[in-house]
Amino acid sequence: MSAFDIAVVGAGPAGIAAACRAAENGARVVVIDDNPAPGGQIWRGEKSEPWIERFKRSGAVLERDTAVDERVRQRGAKLILATGARELFLPFPGWTLPGVTGVGGLQALIKSGLAVKGMRVVIAGSGPLLLAAASLARSKGAVVRLVAEQAPGGRVTGFAGALWRHPGKALQGAELILTLIGVRYDAGCFVEEACGEGQVEHVRVRRGERAWEEKCDLLAVGFGLVPNTELAALLGCDLDSGFVRTGDWQQTSVPGVYAAGELTGIGGVEKSLVEGEIAGLAAAGREADAERLFSRRASWKRFAARLQSAFALEPVLKKLAREDTCVCRCEDVPLSELKGRASWREAKLQTRCGMGSCQGRICGAATREILGWGADSVRPPAFPTKVRNLIESKSS
Amino acid sequence: MNGAAPDVLIVGGGIVGAACAWECSLGGLKVMVVEADVPGSGATAAGMGHIVAMEDSTPEFHLTRYSQIIWNELVHEMPAGVEYLPCGTLWVAVDEEEMAGARRKQASYLGRGVPAELLDARQLAEAEPSLRSGLVGGLLVPEDSALYPPVAAQWLLTQSGAEVRRGRVVSISDSGAQLEDGTLLTAGIIVNAAGAMSSKLMPGVPVTPRKGHLVITERYPGFLRHQVVELGYLKSAHAAGGDSVALNVQPRATGQVLIGSSRQHGATHKEIDRPILSAMLRRAEEYLPGIMDLVAVRCWTGFRATTPDKLPLIGPWPGTQRVWLATGHEGLGITTGPATGRLVADLILGRTPAIPAQPYLPARCGHA
Ligand SMILES: Cc1cc2nc3c(=O)[nH]c(=O)nc-3n(C[C@H](O)[C@H](O)[C@H](O)COP(=O)(O)OP(=O)(O)OC[C@H]3O[C@@H](n4cnc5c(N)ncnc54)[C@H](O)[C@@H]3O)c2cc1C
Ligand SMILES: Cc1cc2nc3c(=O)[nH]c(=O)nc-3n(C[C@H](O)[C@H](O)[C@H](O)COP(=O)(O)OP(=O)(O)OC[C@H]3O[C@@H](n4cnc5c(N)ncnc54)[C@H](O)[C@@H]3O)c2cc1C
Repeated sequence: MSAFDIAVVGAGPAGIAAACRAAENGARVVVIDDNPAPGGQIWRGEKSEPWIERFKRSGAVLERDTAVDERVRQRGAKLILATGARELFLPFPGWTLPGVTGVGGLQALIKSGLAVKGMRVVIAGSGPLLLAAASLARSKGAVVRLVAEQAPGGRVTGFAGALWRHPGKALQGAELILTLIGVRYDAGCFVEEACGEGQVEHVRVRRGERAWEEKCDLLAVGFGLVPNTELAALLGCDLDSGFVRTGDWQQTSVPGVYAAGELTGIGGVEKSLVEGEIAGLAAAGREADAERLFSRRASWKRFAARLQSAFALEPVLKKLAREDTCVCRCEDVPLSELKGRASWREAKLQTRCGMGSCQGRICGAATREILGWGADSVRPPAFPTKVRNLIESKSS
Repeated sequence: MNGAAPDVLIVGGGIVGAACAWECSLGGLKVMVVEADVPGSGATAAGMGHIVAMEDSTPEFHLTRYSQIIWNELVHEMPAGVEYLPCGTLWVAVDEEEMAGARRKQASYLGRGVPAELLDARQLAEAEPSLRSGLVGGLLVPEDSALYPPVAAQWLLTQSGAEVRRGRVVSISDSGAQLEDGTLLTAGIIVNAAGAMSSKLMPGVPVTPRKGHLVITERYPGFLRHQVVELGYLKSAHAAGGDSVALNVQPRATGQVLIGSSRQHGATHKEIDRPILSAMLRRAEEYLPGIMDLVAVRCWTGFRATTPDKLPLIGPWPGTQRVWLATGHEGLGITTGPATGRLVADLILGRTPAIPAQPYLPARCGHA
């Protein structure tokens, strides 16, 4: 017997929207997150976000748990997965030097107090997240030397057109652009190497035949996002091209289990919100209300598709790693040891690639991109956790 | 096609198949291995890799000790990825009864020429500081070791020069090994080394799978120095029928801690069984109280190939002309793989084996 009607995993936009809609309709809801504060990647620590205030009033209970695994299925009669996404890292020479972070990582570091005033920052990779990171860094006094967008200029301009069809996004875009006045934004170029003695000191940027150096104290790279499907996989949900497969009601292939947000397809906060709302309503038995949101969802999915094609990675980015470039950071495995292996499984068994604490969450996604290997299998725990957390609790 | 059919076709590229390929090639035979997946990815990728001399019965002692000696020569030629760690085995006694068992065990090892040292409570605490206080003592067998089997299996296969072919065998008979896609592979001798799956390919082979769970942690160099096993292990590990757990914890060359062990009959799915996993971890905690606070990165399961009399099946399969078995190694196949390969090559080539081969011959099963 579970004490809750609905358990939600993840307290980002999708999870919060799901919890609000379900709890406001009388369902007993628990939201479980590995972080003590709600908000997920984007709103964590933000006090004035209306959805967070609404969540606090909704009656849903927030619970912290850093060791969620398949046993979470027993927490509610229905389960909604809203575990979001993490950053994709593509290895390139120098990517493991201190001073090199992900763009999401840089944002988190700044929000948690890293002083960037006066620091020279280069931001490189692809997508709107580069702008968000640049804007934040600049507002805290960093000198943003360059935002290097790998997508060619034509594709990026095409995307600006798409923004007009989504006014919410356009507004966000305009605000960003205001804080970014004076920042160099170059499309069609990328960082091919980070250099320095024990710390990044400069990067080599390339556009076609031309390459140049850019001095910096920090390099933030962002190549896109990878969905966090580990828990879904542990629960046996079907995946489709790496994402959790869902139906009209955001239901997965496992009865009673729903999924919403980035893990069903990368698409940003609005897609996550509307999917969360639909999942929450459907799980609470409000299918008719959920159905009214279908057209909004369809529109945000179209936006997501545009985003994906505008910022699709150029093949050259997948060929930057050299023979001696580290691919698996946990186990220190260079590219040369991985080339020529038949599969992820063979690489893992013969080189320890992906066997460390991250269990291939970083190098598995990278090797999928650069070596074309298949997906990883998932075993408990979904994230490293104390041995004691693997034990069945006496109550369950 | 590269010429005539091989002298020996080995079905399965786990540690046992790989060792057979290596020894047969050394003996001058032309060898082919057919493997359904990546070599070394079956039980060989799931087992602990404890190389241990066991003295419960003479045949078990002969095979484990002989194989251990072969391992100790081989590991020095193998790449660093084999992660050889000469950690020894520390058998731990919780009470006087088990301590008496330790003394008997010591006498048995010494009588067979294997070094073994009794430790009292204080010596035990010094040897392994992570053990709880209040234990009575233990028996240290210093020549046992631990290694990483998949790299060893791959090395043996590569060095053997045998042709390794990817394919799933559906049946084995005198006419050959029939693949899923209809191909029939023929050879002078066909060796079934498909581990826990070997009975699927040849009805009548008395091998059943026995499931085990393991948990591996992050790196904690110094947490453990020896492979630590409870003296009650044999009692619990081979309790007739039911499921069992026992303390069996290993330090890895990487500094990680590998926690075992469990045994379940009849379980055929790969998923983690929480109740047995929990019992296994609680058992480990009874001896190593600090273990609950280590960070685990992965749990997995594997299947041991079990035979009714707990000895492997090595040699010709009665009622056939050219079908042989090299299977049924239960929880000791990493240890006994090399000796199995040597025996198979000896028997095929008509050499006199260094240990009696008769106890492992499949003929004992009374199959006709
Ligand atoms: C001594 C030793 C030390 C070890 N140390 C570590 C360690 O430090 N870290 C660690 O992570 N592991 C470690 N391992 C564990 C090991 O790599 C595997 O976890 C082990 O082989 C058990 O495998 P598994 O069941 O988890 O499956 P996996 O090794 O994950 O293999 C499962 C296979 O099935 C495939 N598969 C899964 N789903 C599907 C599907 N739907 N369709 C088709 N194919 C699918 C996967 O692609 C994969 O090839 C160690 C093993 C040993 C022996
Ligand atoms: C949890 C656990 C802990 C263990 N700990 C230890 C230990 O510490 N020390 C020790 O000595 N032993 C240990 N063992 C036992 C040891 O792992 C096995 O005895 C050993 O790996 C058996 O090797 P194998 O080559 O016979 O089988 P496997 O490694 O399973 O090899 C069989 C091969 O055959 C292939 N195959 C199967 N069917 C087909 C087919 N139809 N066609 C083609 N190929 C096929 C498989 O893919 C596989 O690669 C442990 C086992 C488990 C499960």
